Amino acid sequence: MKRIIRFKLNGEEVEEYVQDSITMCDFLRKQMHLSGTKRGCEEGECGACTILLDGGAIDSCLMLAAEADGHEIVTIEGVMKDGVLHPLQREFMDKWALQCGFCTPGMIMSALSLLNENPHPTELEIRDGIAGNLCRCTGYAKIVEAIGAAAEVMEREARA
Amino acid sequence: MSLPDFDFVAAKSLKEASDLARERGNRCVFMAGGTDIIPLLKDNLLKGIDTVIGLECIPELDKLEFADGEGLRIGALTKLHSIQNSPLVKEKMPAVAQAAHYVASSQIRRKGTMAGNISNASPSADTASILLAMNASVKTYASGGGRTIPIGNFFTGVKKTCLEKDKGEIVTEIDIPELKPGEGSAYYKHAVRKAMDLAIIGVAAWVKMAGRKVGDCRIAMGGVGVTPLRAFNAEKLLKGAEITDELLEEAGVAASGECHPISDVRASAEYRADMVRVYTKRAIKTALETMKA
Repeated sequence: MKRIIRFKLNGEEVEEYVQDSITMCDFLRKQMHLSGTKRGCEEGECGACTILLDGGAIDSCLMLAAEADGHEIVTIEGVMKDGVLHPLQREFMDKWALQCGFCTPGMIMSALSLLNENPHPTELEIRDGIAGNLCRCTGYAKIVEAIGAAAEVMEREARA
Repeated sequence: MSLPDFDFVAAKSLKEASDLARERGNRCVFMAGGTDIIPLLKDNLLKGIDTVIGLECIPELDKLEFADGEGLRIGALTKLHSIQNSPLVKEKMPAVAQAAHYVASSQIRRKGTMAGNISNASPSADTASILLAMNASVKTYASGGGRTIPIGNFFTGVKKTCLEKDKGEIVTEIDIPELKPGEGSAYYKHAVRKAMDLAIIGVAAWVKMAGRKVGDCRIAMGGVGVTPLRAFNAEKLLKGAEITDELLEEAGVAASGECHPISDVRASAEYRADMVRVYTKRAIKTALETMKA
């Protein structure tokens, strides 16, 4: 079956005709042409497909597109605001927190969700926050560092 | 890996979901968070499913309440993430918050539910052991009347529960009795990784002290049988006795003797049984240390 769903995607109200049996991940990539959300393991192990559902990180490969009806979705494409990179994106670049880059969108979405809930995470909390995201290049040290640095930048920017 | 074709019905009420389930029978499956169901559908492990009944739009299923003198009521749609982070759960029954936190990753816990974790009925499900040790009960809705099922009767086999599909039976709530003064509980998961891993074994304990002696206790073991198991022999040794290191060792040995582990890719049966001995001791110790004054 197909249905019409209405939801907010990266800040904009959208109305789309979707197949019942399509995952959010495939819907974003194939129908919305938002290929920043990566298709990795497709069973919730790797986190490459992480997006925000109502502000919290979830694996889009474990969600049906039809479930988005009435909700708010943010993908990596919605993180940059008015042409300015988000502090997480800047810190990932500055700290060399990526090599091949495949895990990066998912990492950033998990980190964003973590910092939304907990603006001052400890290193352990950062590691717990990205425990559902696999990176096979970096060894995680630089990623953890970049998220910690972004938290500090965000705090400074909020105070300014 | 695409999903097989199916119809998704976002039910608006328990009655709608239950009636539809009775009508479609074995061709349908209920879905709350979907973190277990979607991989099963992708892998074609759910044969002949043409309808997925979504429960997410049934408002009364999302709740997390604590009633003094009774305990915690967890709705079927309440996310593991909410349970893990609830100040109420952390204060009143920290072992339950800990068990919820042990499940998979934060992405999965933001979508997955405790009701789904037990309904999927994996023998190593992280929340099953603590619910068994704390004597939880499962409330259901079904055509012709729902039931309250003691958690000890809920699991009937690997991935099998006593829920009656022909009656469209749906888990609506999990109730956990409150910890009274002199009672404590704990859950330990033994896994290779700290997250995103299945338990090699898990052990949960609930202990009630009567003066210096154990008044009552329950020990539950996960990943060492076709369902989560109670360690009745170990419990018998502890009841009425004073806790000593020797007694804890005896209880651990008893528990390891009454579990039925298999050898697989994660660990050998011998290793699992020995870890049950170790973690039984640790769970009892932690239950005593975190006991309510």
